[in-house]
This record gives sequence, structure tokens and C-alpha cells, in this order.
Amino acid sequence: MYQAIVFLPPIGAIFAGFFGRLVGARASEVVTTSLVLVTMVLSWFAFYQVGIQGHEERIEFLRFIDSGALQTSWALRIDTLTAVMLVVVTTVSGLVHLYSMGYMDEDPHRPRFFAYLSLFTFAMLALVTADNLVQLFFGWEGVGLMSYLLIGFWYHRPAAKAAAIKAFIVNRIGDFGFALGIFATFTVFNSLQYDTIFASAPDQVGKTMEFLGMQVDVLTLICLLLFMGAMGKSAQFLLHTWLPDAMEGPTPVSALIHAATMVTAGVFMVARLSPLFELAPIALGFVTFIGATTAFFAATVGLVQTDIKRVVAYSTCSQLGYMFVAEGVGAYGTGIFHLFTHAFFKALLFLGAGAVIHALHHEQDMRRMGGLRKVLPFTWAMMLIGTLSLTGFPFTSGFVSKDAIIEAAYAGGSPVALYAFVLTVVAALMTSFYSWRLMFLTFEGKPREKPEVLRHAHEPPWTMGVPLVILAASSLFAGILFEHFFIGADEVSFWRGSLVTHGGEAHHEVPILVMLAPTLAMAAGFAIAWYFYIRNPLVPFGLAKRFRGAHQFLLHAWYFDDLYDFLFVRPAKRIGRFLWKTGDNTIIDGIGPDGVAARVIDITNRVVRLQTGYIYHYAFVMLIGVALLITYFIFAGGGLPR
Amino acid sequence: MMLSALFFYLFAGVCVASAFMVIAVKNPVHAVLFLILAFFNAAGLFVLLGAEFLAMILVVVYVGAVMVLFLFVVMMLDVDFAELRAGFLKYLPVGATVGILLLVELIFILGAWATAPDIASQSPSPPASQMSNTAALGQILYTRYVYLFEAAGLILLVAMIGAIVLTLHHKEGVRRQSVARQVARTREMAVEVVEVETGRGLT
Amino acid sequence: MTISLSHYLTVAAILFTLGIFGIFLNRKNVIVILMSVELMLLAVNLNLVAFSSFHRDLVGQVFALIVLTVAAAEAAIGLALVVVTFRNRGTIDVAEIDLLKG
Repeated sequence: MYQAIVFLPPIGAIFAGFFGRLVGARASEVVTTSLVLVTMVLSWFAFYQVGIQGHEERIEFLRFIDSGALQTSWALRIDTLTAVMLVVVTTVSGLVHLYSMGYMDEDPHRPRFFAYLSLFTFAMLALVTADNLVQLFFGWEGVGLMSYLLIGFWYHRPAAKAAAIKAFIVNRIGDFGFALGIFATFTVFNSLQYDTIFASAPDQVGKTMEFLGMQVDVLTLICLLLFMGAMGKSAQFLLHTWLPDAMEGPTPVSALIHAATMVTAGVFMVARLSPLFELAPIALGFVTFIGATTAFFAATVGLVQTDIKRVVAYSTCSQLGYMFVAEGVGAYGTGIFHLFTHAFFKALLFLGAGAVIHALHHEQDMRRMGGLRKVLPFTWAMMLIGTLSLTGFPFTSGFVSKDAIIEAAYAGGSPVALYAFVLTVVAALMTSFYSWRLMFLTFEGKPREKPEVLRHAHEPPWTMGVPLVILAASSLFAGILFEHFFIGADEVSFWRGSLVTHGGEAHHEVPILVMLAPTLAMAAGFAIAWYFYIRNPLVPFGLAKRFRGAHQFLLHAWYFDDLYDFLFVRPAKRIGRFLWKTGDNTIIDGIGPDGVAARVIDITNRVVRLQTGYIYHYAFVMLIGVALLITYFIFAGGGLPR
Repeated sequence: MMLSALFFYLFAGVCVASAFMVIAVKNPVHAVLFLILAFFNAAGLFVLLGAEFLAMILVVVYVGAVMVLFLFVVMMLDVDFAELRAGFLKYLPVGATVGILLLVELIFILGAWATAPDIASQSPSPPASQMSNTAALGQILYTRYVYLFEAAGLILLVAMIGAIVLTLHHKEGVRRQSVARQVARTREMAVEVVEVETGRGLT
Repeated sequence: MTISLSHYLTVAAILFTLGIFGIFLNRKNVIVILMSVELMLLAVNLNLVAFSSFHRDLVGQVFALIVLTVAAAEAAIGLALVVVTFRNRGTIDVAEIDLLKG
């Protein structure tokens, strides 16, 4: 069954990819969507079997590398963490496939799109079912590649092309660290199998190795390098610049990849390797720090964005920070639980935004929206549920998981955990503010769209509506339903060692104020947003004008793009241009092909002047030859007979 | 001895001088005439060497036929020799250098040539007590070197045919007879019977 | 003084060189080229006969005879070519016969 889960999507991808043109778009989308939906059902079944009933499995396919100490194979490792991820990936993927059937209905390249979606699903499944770091890396790279292809799906648009390249390159930088981490792992443990590594990890505590001329603690080094990969993949602070630009891709892509699955690969990786991370407290502290900073940073930027998708994108970035905060303080189960719930409500928000965009015929700027509540009531309801969950309205899924994180941060104890606690609470306030700002700007107030756009606005078709409903249901109830498995009483028996658990006691001992803090923050954010956008809409404009510098700073995402452009992109381009124009063109081509050809022409032009056509010239040359010959024979040939 | 030496220098000197004049004069007819003179003197040298058959051949065949042929061609071609000789001096330095170099080398070699001791001082002319030069030549030419002789004949044949083929061209408009064609005429070629109506012409 | 082989050979060498001069110092007349060739052949003949005479071997003279024959044939063909060239080009200026120029 697990093989089916992993391999049905690629079959769909191959079908749509290679035969799409033959069978037509309808067949492509139906086949791929059905296969992924089947996979989804199977994953739910697997979740029940593995998570609740406890049947873990390991299925090996094929030996891959067999070189000295490096022995890896293609194998599936099915434990609880895997089962959870399978559910997340296949559910969101299946719903996105269904949604895309409606959203992309006017696109001429549907077979390619669905092929890419299914192929991405396969890569992600390979990543989560990996039994060793090499297979993980395969999936890791695979999702990076598919992200590139999907962001740049509309490749005729220069913005899409640039965004795709940016995503790939920033990911690559993270992957560089990740690869170094894998190498370090192999150097230290002599194996890349999870079981082997986890078993011998405790022996490596305190050992050091040489890195860049310094002696560093091995586990810290490994974990830091691997986390660098997670920073790139999950768009954490410093390697986040690609995520907002990734919104150039179609909205279903944003929902699937940049909300629920690919960006969560980093979180998954840290959870999977939690036995290692537990033994490297410095690395964990760094994880927490980065996670908290990201949560705060992304929330601040989301406050002032005008593109509806960008708001949700920065929101994703921020929530990923939350997940890392949880993992950093040791609450891996909590982090994964937030991953689980976040996948649902974030996908809901993205798909809902997609429905709005679709209704307004591809208008994405919130300044040109407004008053849609009466025109699109269903969409409004869906978005409302998503927003409630995101902001942590009591008893929604988001409430359960986010509050758990904040409590865990408080209970963490270390300075960095306290830092995380403060920042996550502030970020919760900001999250609430910008989420409600999005709702108010889009759905409330006087309509700011052009009249004809408003007239054509319509609710989404059933292919887009059904996924929204399912996601909404999950956003509301998944938290309560599954809490006790992930972070509650049955935590240990649920996870069963697939990630590190500390029992269920820690986060029940926090003060009541701490427990209420996120809810208070949420309420405050809602209040401020209501005041700014319903009660007194001129206030934001006034504030933006008065604090122009701050506003611009946030609008341009703390000028990180410009900074990176100045520090890295421009020098790289300059070096590249120099090497191309001077190095390649002038020097190498000049000495090599062009130079040789030009010299040959020069020389032949000169030599050709010998061919004058006059007989006496030829005779003269012959004479010179004879003279030389005789001279030679006089002095060298025989000598003079005396 | 003195006389033969005197004649040698006479013949050699005039030969060389006239050879120089061949390449120096403007008028090609003069050049041919000087060439003839050079050949005559060379023939004299041949006689001094005892090769009188060859000397006579030189005069009769070479001068008499080939040089005359030269004269014919020179006089046939309408050469405007006023324009000639224009670039002579321009190329003299280089050409002269190489040529003189060659000459010096040749003389150098030849002068240092050590001939076999037993023939160096002997007189060049063989005793005429035996057969004459001509007979001697005939004796070996038609026996030992008959193939060469026949080949030489073939060469002459080919040259003759070649010269004719190259230069023969029928002028346009000259009428000539082809006897073979005339004799091979048939009735169909010669007579054409036409039905002519009374009072009409032939057209 | 005794006229030795060297004298004859020297004369032949001078004639040969003059013939070579004739070929490339002359710029204007194809006939002169042919005549220079004749001069060179004469020099060769002189060489052959001189050697033949001083070594008392008649082969030299046979050779000279053959050379003479070939020279005559070559002169005939050469002149025929000159005539044809003149007919086609209208000039026997050496400087204008440069179709091989490349």
C-alpha cells in the first residue's frame, strides 16, 4: 500500500506529462487528480494504521549506493511522523489538484501543470518516506526543482522567470549547507541511515572535529549545517527572500508548495532528525532564535503589503517561524502539530484568495477590492474560517497549535526561549492585525473595483468550492480532534520514537496569563484592524504618511532584497559579465577558435602573395632553391674534395 | 697548343658575350641573331673537344631549324618592342645577387673538381687513327642506345603533332575542298526533286 | 696554358647563369624566356660533351644528342604555345600572363 501511496502520483505525472497533448487537458487533469485523491485516501488509512494502531514498516526497494562505507538504498520508512506528513501532503495535494481543475480552466497548458503538481507530490512523498539522508536529499532537491518549474509556470512572464530562478538559487544556498551537513554526518557516523545515526548519536556528544580551521563540536556542526538547508527551504530569516516572489506562480501552486508542503520540509527534517538535534543544544538555540526572528520579521512586513497573496505569503513565513520555535525548545510534536493545522488553514487562505482573484478576473491588489462580502458570501465565509484559525480564535485548529507553541516557548526556560516567547506573542498580535486587515480590505467597505469587474464577480465552481469546504472543516476541527495525539495525553504512544517527545506534562504548568496571552494579542490585533479599516479608514493613510520611512522599510521587507542585490547579485553579475565578455570572448575565443582562424587567414593572405602568376617569379624561386641546395651540399653534404 | 688555347678563348669569349647580348638587347630579332652567334661559337667549342658530329648537328639542326623557327615566330608576332625592357633595372639587384651567387658556387665546385690523374693533362682530342667521331657515335647509338634513339624519334613525332594541334586553326570564311566528301557524295545529297506548278517559281 | 676540363665547365657555368638571368630579369618578352632556356640547354650540352671528351667515353655525346633532340622538340612546342597565347591574348608581355595569380 505504501508503494502505491508513493508511486501513484508519479504515474499520473508521467501520464499527463508525456501524453497530455495526446489525450487532452480534461483527461490529464482527471487522471492526475483521481490518482492523488486515491493516494490521499490511502494515506488516511495509513495514518490510522501506523499512528493509531501502531504498525510501523520499513520497505526496501533497491540498493542505490554501495561504495565502501557508504551504503544507501531506496527504501520507505513508515512511522508516525511519516504517516502524519503523508496525510498532510496528499490531502492538500489532492484538494489542490481538484481546485486547479476549476482555477486553471482557462489555461492552455493544463496537462503540464497537472504533471508538475503530481511530480511535486511524488518528490515530497519521497522526502517524507525517506529512510536515509540521501533519499531525503533526493526529495529535497526534487521539490526545489518542481518549485522552480511551478513558480515559472507562466514562463513567458519575465517576473515569473525571475522569481523561479530566485527561488531556486536561494534554495540552492541553503542546500549547500544541507549538503555539507550530509557530508559531515557521513564523516562522523560513517552511515547515512537514520537508524544507524540515531543509535550512535549519543556516543558523539562532546566530540569535536576540524572545520574551517577551528575545532567544533560535531553534533552542533551537523545540526547547524542541516538547519541551513531548512532555512533555505522553509524561507526563514536571511534566506526568505524567495517566498514573496514565489507568488508569481499560480495560486494553487502557492497553496500547495508555499503553504503546506515544500516549505514545511525544513520543519519535517528537523523533526525527523530530532534525536540529533536534541543532543546539540546550541543548534537548537539557533533554531529557536531564527524561528522567532522570522516570525516577528515576516509579520511586520505583512502589515503593509497590498497584494493579497503576499500578505498570505508573509504569513506563511511567519508561521514557519513559529514551527521552528517549537522545535527549537524541544517541542517537536508541537511543531509538527502546527505544521499539520497550518497546512489546512493556510491552504484554505490561499485557495480562498485564489477564489477572490478568480472572481475578480485576476486582480490581486487589495486596494482595488472591497465590499465583496455581499457578492461572494461563500468565499467570505471560507476566508473567515481560515482567518479565525490563523489568528488563533479559541477552539480553532490554529488556536490549539499556536497557543501550544507559545506556551512551550515560555516553558523553554533559556534566554533564547524567552526571546522567542516575546516575539511570538507580538507576532500573534501582528498576525491578527494583518489577517483582519486582509479580510476588511477585501470584503468590507465600499467597493473599490471597477464596476464591470464587480458585475462579473461570481462564486467559484464546485471544483474550487469542495476543497475550500473540506479545508475549512479541518481548520475548525482538526486541532481539537487530533490534539491529544500530537501533543496531548497520547503523545508518546502516538509518536513512538519517530521524533523526540518529552511526555505531555511540560506545557500544562504555565501561568494563566501566558495561556491567555496569544488570545489577548489576537483580540488586540482584531480591534486595531477594525478601527483602522472599518471605523476610521483614513488613519492608516495618515500613519503611512507620517511614518513614511518606517512604512517604506516594512513595505520593502526591511530592504533585504536590495541588500542582497547590492551584496551578492550585482557583484556576481559583474564577475559573470567580466568573465564572459573579457575572459571568454576576448581571451579564450581570441586565442582559441577565433584567434586561430584569424591568424590562419592572415598568414594565408601573406602566403598567397607568392602566387603571382608570373612564370619568372616561379623560375626565380626555383633558382633560389637550387642555389640553397648547392650551398647546402657545399658546406654540409660532402665537403670539398681536395 | 697555343693555337688551341687561343681558339678556345676566342670561341668561349664570343659565346659568352653573345649570350649576354641575347638577354640584354631590346629587339627580339636581334636577340635571336645573337643566340645564333652563340650557338655557332659553341659548335666551335665542340669541335675543339673532338665532337665534330655534334658540332655540325648543332649548326644544321639547332641553328638551321630551331633558331629559324624562332625567327619566324618573332617576326610573325606583332611585338611592340618599344614598351619592352621597362622593368629591367628594377629587379636587377636581387636577381643579380642570386645569379652571381649561383655562378660563384658553380665555379667553386667545378674548379675544385679533382679529375682522375690519368686524364687531367691529356689533350682533349682523341686520336683520329681509329674511326671518326661520327662512325664511333653511330656504332654505339644504333646498338647499345637504340631504345633511346627510338624514344627520341617518338618525342620528335609527338612534338610535331603537338605543334600542329596547338597552332592549327581554320580561318573562318575560307573555302576549301574535302575530296573525300566530294567523292562520297550520294544521289540523295546532290539532287532534290521538287514538284513545281506551272507558272509558279520554286519558293 | 693547357685548357683543362675546368675551363670548359666554367664556360658552361657562365652560360647557364646567363640563361637564368634571362628568365627572371626579362619582364617583357616570352620569346626571351624560351631563348634563355635554349641557352641553358646549350650549357648543359657543353658540359656533357666536355666530360665525354675528357673521360674518353662516348656516352656523353650520345646523351648530348638526345638532349639536343628534346631541346628542339621543346622549342617547337614552346613557340607553338607562344603563338597560341598571342593569338588569344594579343600580347606576349610576360607581366600580363598571370592567370595563375591567387
